[in-house]
Amino acid sequence: MEYTADMFKPVEKDIEGAEAIVRPSVTYWQDAWRRLKQNRLAMIGLWVIVIITLIAVFGPMLSPYSYSDQSLFDQNMYVSKEHWLGTDDLGRDLLTRIMYGARISLTVGFLASLINLTVGVVYGGVSGYYGGHIDNIMMRIVEILSGIPLLLYVILLMVVLKPGLQNILIALGLVYWLGMARIVRGQILSLKEQDYVLAARTIGADNSRIIYKHLIPNAMGPIIVTATLNIPQAIFTEAFLSFIGLGVNAPMASWGVLANDALPSFRSYPWQLFFPAIAISITMLAFNFLGDGLRDALDPKQRK
Amino acid sequence: MGGYVLRRLISVFLVVFVVASGTFVLMHTIPGGPFKKEKALPPAIQRNIEERYKLNDPLWKQYADYLKNLLRGDLGPSFKYLGRSVNDIIRDGFPVSAALGAWAILFALVVGVPAGIISALNQNKWQDNAVMAIAIIGVSVPNFVIATLLMYVFAVKLRWLPVAMWGTPRHVILPMIALAGFPAAFFARLMRSSTLDVLSQDYIRTARAKGLSWYAVVVKHVVKNAILPVVTYLGPLVAGILTGSFVVENIFAIPGLGRYYVTSIYNRDYTTIMGVTIFYSAFLVLVNFLVDITYGWIDPRIKLVKAKE
Repeated sequence: MEYTADMFKPVEKDIEGAEAIVRPSVTYWQDAWRRLKQNRLAMIGLWVIVIITLIAVFGPMLSPYSYSDQSLFDQNMYVSKEHWLGTDDLGRDLLTRIMYGARISLTVGFLASLINLTVGVVYGGVSGYYGGHIDNIMMRIVEILSGIPLLLYVILLMVVLKPGLQNILIALGLVYWLGMARIVRGQILSLKEQDYVLAARTIGADNSRIIYKHLIPNAMGPIIVTATLNIPQAIFTEAFLSFIGLGVNAPMASWGVLANDALPSFRSYPWQLFFPAIAISITMLAFNFLGDGLRDALDPKQRK
Repeated sequence: MGGYVLRRLISVFLVVFVVASGTFVLMHTIPGGPFKKEKALPPAIQRNIEERYKLNDPLWKQYADYLKNLLRGDLGPSFKYLGRSVNDIIRDGFPVSAALGAWAILFALVVGVPAGIISALNQNKWQDNAVMAIAIIGVSVPNFVIATLLMYVFAVKLRWLPVAMWGTPRHVILPMIALAGFPAAFFARLMRSSTLDVLSQDYIRTARAKGLSWYAVVVKHVVKNAILPVVTYLGPLVAGILTGSFVVENIFAIPGLGRYYVTSIYNRDYTTIMGVTIFYSAFLVLVNFLVDITYGWIDPRIKLVKAKE
């Protein structure tokens, strides 16, 4: 076949078209989600958390036993068809109690994290944004409070407040926001010098608008990571408190209470301790996996 | 440097003062008291007890007395154990806890730091994966779980080590590992990331380029620089060991201060709770202070930053 010049014609130059964006732009969150999905450990953590949450919500409803049903004939039973994880010294079904404990642990984890989130973000945001004397005083307070481990404050508060789920939340909420406040302050300090903040101020945005609409959304990455890593810490603290006798009231069952109850008869019935211990460990592991994954996904600069 | 030390010292006192006042207020807001038992005491005895512990003085006077005694290092009598002061309890318990804690810190350093270095030098190989897998389990499993697990395997099942109590070196091993679990895992993670950081520095390439053996580079350049973050973590580490001792000493029935503290919580022995909390906080702020000073001395770059602050 012959090729002649008239078989060809110049392509029209489409300047507009070349500039057009073919695919929708990827937002920060979509990008982070994509990175998170590639992290196998983080996804395992996420799925485990979803499964534990489902078990915590629906498990106790499906169980034929209630967490406080006692049966003198079924004391300290080993794993069986009737009682999948055995029973405790009062004949209560251990699986039901562990599922019920999941409710308490997750409630403590999520709610404590939520309180930290609100108090810590507001405190750190105000401190970082206003700077100067306000920042100085607010951060000095944080510094003095974090001089000793937060757990000591929580123990003291729990000694004063009556043991119980609500008071654990209050004690955790009163104390555990310190870390979040520091991180948010650090973020805000660097973000507030950005040009878009200046631009917002030029068009007349007031302080609270700048803090809530510009600074905090941009600091959201580290905030979410900190909040996620706060959850296992809160779960651990609740278990710890319950373990030393400052936790939820009987007959309520949190994982720490179950572990503590199992301790005296531990040499004869070790599974009573192992099952709640495994439950706590898996949950904390899952949250730590997810938290680490979120850190990598939301803050790619830090990744090694 | 001098100004910085002074400012830190002031903040040490401030923390202890705040904690002391805070515990005082908290303990006095509690309804009921150590002598409000179910069985009512004869009024005369009740009066005598209140007289003895000065519970009838106005609150401000109790507070002033309390601070005055505190300055002299007197933490007051125990409410629960007649004739014993909180100072006695601390004198009995603290040496035991301190010995156990020191062993745990040593163990955490000896295990965690080399593990982190090995992990970083073999980045993404099986050694790295193995160390990091163990480390994340180490930071996720609560200390009371580790403690009971160790007890079950090594004392109850294998019978290699004593189940509980205190006295011989064999008694130290299990509680030491239980206490050191979290910090060792944390050190491994910390050391890995800081070693990776140092490995990518230019001076490492220079050291290699001038013909230094890989071994010499690792020992003289990498480890020396990478260990700095571990030093800063020593303060929080002591705090972690201390709170960990509450449960570990209880599980292993070790007569340390942590056990007395938890017992005093069970008994609602308010003066002991107050006194030990203040002792703990004074001890911890002091440790943190010393660590910070040491850090400025180990890493001279830090002084400038602190002075500018």
